[in-house]
Amino acid sequence: MSAAKVRTATNGETPGEQRLIFFSQALREAIDEEMSHDATVFVYGEEVGVWGGGYNVTQGLLDKYGPLRVIDTPISEALIGGAAVGAAITGSRPVVDFMYQDFMGIAMDQIVNQAAKNRYMFGGKNALPIVYRAAFGAGIGNAAQHTQSLEAWFAHVPGLKVVAPSNAYDAKGLLKSAIRDDNVVLFFEHKALYHERGDVPEGEYLVPLGVSDIKRVGADATIVSYARQVQFALQAAEQLAGEGIDVEVVDLRTLYPLDIDPVLESVKKTNRALVVHEAVRFGGIGGEVAAQIQELAFDYLDAPVKRLGAVHSPVPFSEPLEMASFPSVESIAQGVRELMQGI
Amino acid sequence: MAARKPKAADTRARGASKRSKLPGKEMLEWMYRTMARIRRFEEAADRAFQAARMRGALHFYIGEEASGTGVCAALTDADYITSTHRGHGHCIAKGGRLDLMMAELFGKATGYCGGKGGSMHIADLDLGNLGANGIVGGGLPIATGAALGSKLRGEDKVTVCFFGDGAAPNGTFHESVNFGALHDLPIVYVCENNQWGMGTHVSNTNAGNGIASRGASYGIPGIVVDGNDIFDVFAKTTIAVKRARAGKGPSLLVCETYRHRGHTVHDQAAYRDQKDVDKWMARDPIERFRKAVIAAKAMSKKKLDAIDAEVLQEVEAAVEFAEASPFPQLETLLQGVYTDA
Repeated sequence: MSAAKVRTATNGETPGEQRLIFFSQALREAIDEEMSHDATVFVYGEEVGVWGGGYNVTQGLLDKYGPLRVIDTPISEALIGGAAVGAAITGSRPVVDFMYQDFMGIAMDQIVNQAAKNRYMFGGKNALPIVYRAAFGAGIGNAAQHTQSLEAWFAHVPGLKVVAPSNAYDAKGLLKSAIRDDNVVLFFEHKALYHERGDVPEGEYLVPLGVSDIKRVGADATIVSYARQVQFALQAAEQLAGEGIDVEVVDLRTLYPLDIDPVLESVKKTNRALVVHEAVRFGGIGGEVAAQIQELAFDYLDAPVKRLGAVHSPVPFSEPLEMASFPSVESIAQGVRELMQGI
Repeated sequence: MAARKPKAADTRARGASKRSKLPGKEMLEWMYRTMARIRRFEEAADRAFQAARMRGALHFYIGEEASGTGVCAALTDADYITSTHRGHGHCIAKGGRLDLMMAELFGKATGYCGGKGGSMHIADLDLGNLGANGIVGGGLPIATGAALGSKLRGEDKVTVCFFGDGAAPNGTFHESVNFGALHDLPIVYVCENNQWGMGTHVSNTNAGNGIASRGASYGIPGIVVDGNDIFDVFAKTTIAVKRARAGKGPSLLVCETYRHRGHTVHDQAAYRDQKDVDKWMARDPIERFRKAVIAAKAMSKKKLDAIDAEVLQEVEAAVEFAEASPFPQLETLLQGVYTDA
């Protein structure tokens, strides 16, 4: 309990009055505040200016900061990815919007071969204060090329940090930390969360990168997840509470660097773990988490670590097919029930 | 030691012969020394490689010295360049230290990158060298971003983006030049057409009426340059840099030149026609420079030979430095992946 409370705490600042605001507004506040603090922070990418961002995150920033700091780019993803490197190593702090994670494939060389390796291969001297933002995730009928969850690709590349918040509070605090970070941060925003509201205090606060968070304290089983699936896990936990199963939910928040300790502490208490994400199960982050649990807390396990993820197919368009392709509140609840039975 | 480059603006101040239209004496000496440093450095690296003193691969710039040197002669120390996998010449032309370069090629702790980068990954931000690149076409967006950054920060800096004929058909070329032109960025795109992308001739990789003609597509000057004539390179780059610095936007220069060696140290380049090789060898940029300055009485053979001797000494010292330097400590393996690790 106390450990969880410490981790949930912000950065020692007294939070102001709570407001119920959209996830997208929380992100906008983060960018706006950092732009107002630091003149080297600027925003560019697809539709960030006049349109205000594909999901309205950068709305109003063009009017406030002008066209030199909020730049609409052509649909040139390699340029978008690589220009951040040139701008960052010469003294700027770009916050880059790819709009959809699916589009980052076109920029993979610039992210993986250029941004991620620049500091190391040139001898560890360069700072690369870059944030690459993108929307990801399924569930709203965007079909196969606008719905993927590709975060494991990036977490696999040394030199990148990967963040995927689950609520408005974390989104704001994590994005502010990402913008202040001198490393390359991939910041992935689940598109079904943009219009979810969450409690966000007045005033500024940071949520540190690389710190997992206990979102629900429980005694019988641990669900480890991130992004939208944390919300599903919390709903599943409420259902299961009615069945007498007390579930703890750990939100990874940052996928690299991975803060495994709260996961291990939780598993040592509950002795059962279910790892859930919306990404395809095979080769996903869940495999890494499950492996670490078994390496580091094997003796505490009463059942094999269970994993839930999307099926091994492109995301289908038709609603019943799409909804059946990735974990749901019901499938998570069922997963925990099976875990309790040692299935 | 690398001779300090005179300011481009001063090049006609002293010793310039108006009739010959050559740059001033200090600039001529810097140009010759720089081209000699590139060639002798790479010849020494080749010998060390053949003697199994280094690993991996080397991509030689030999034959293209006038291009990188002539371009950098038109830049200030504060200006930026991005380079390519064939990047030794650019690094040296921007003022790079031969000892630190050679040590990096040897994989030694004293190298530019502490042995983490090697031949294809040398940068020196203090000299404005934003780095070589192992990916063909990889540097174009980075250079464009550096120019964007300079513009946003209000800095009086021009970026030169070196790339080759192999990168000109890459999407990054079009994405970058389009964006640079769209925002009138302070950048000069310098394509070094050395005729070969690995073993494929430029005529088999680039459609259209020459790479320079693509400048017109983006509304910027597209200029063909005799890349083996350092004075042509210097003159045309000077105009392009002036345009960039004045906020009038990018230019595309295409330096027609030739890779004397194969693609890498391992490649004997058997795919080339000997007649074509002979034709280009007769245009060796260093020999052409010597003939031009001697004919114009701008530099003496004695002076040129003296510079050669000094450069040889510098290169030998660089090899000795690299040989004597230690390999990196294993504790450095994970250092530099992240700033906080």
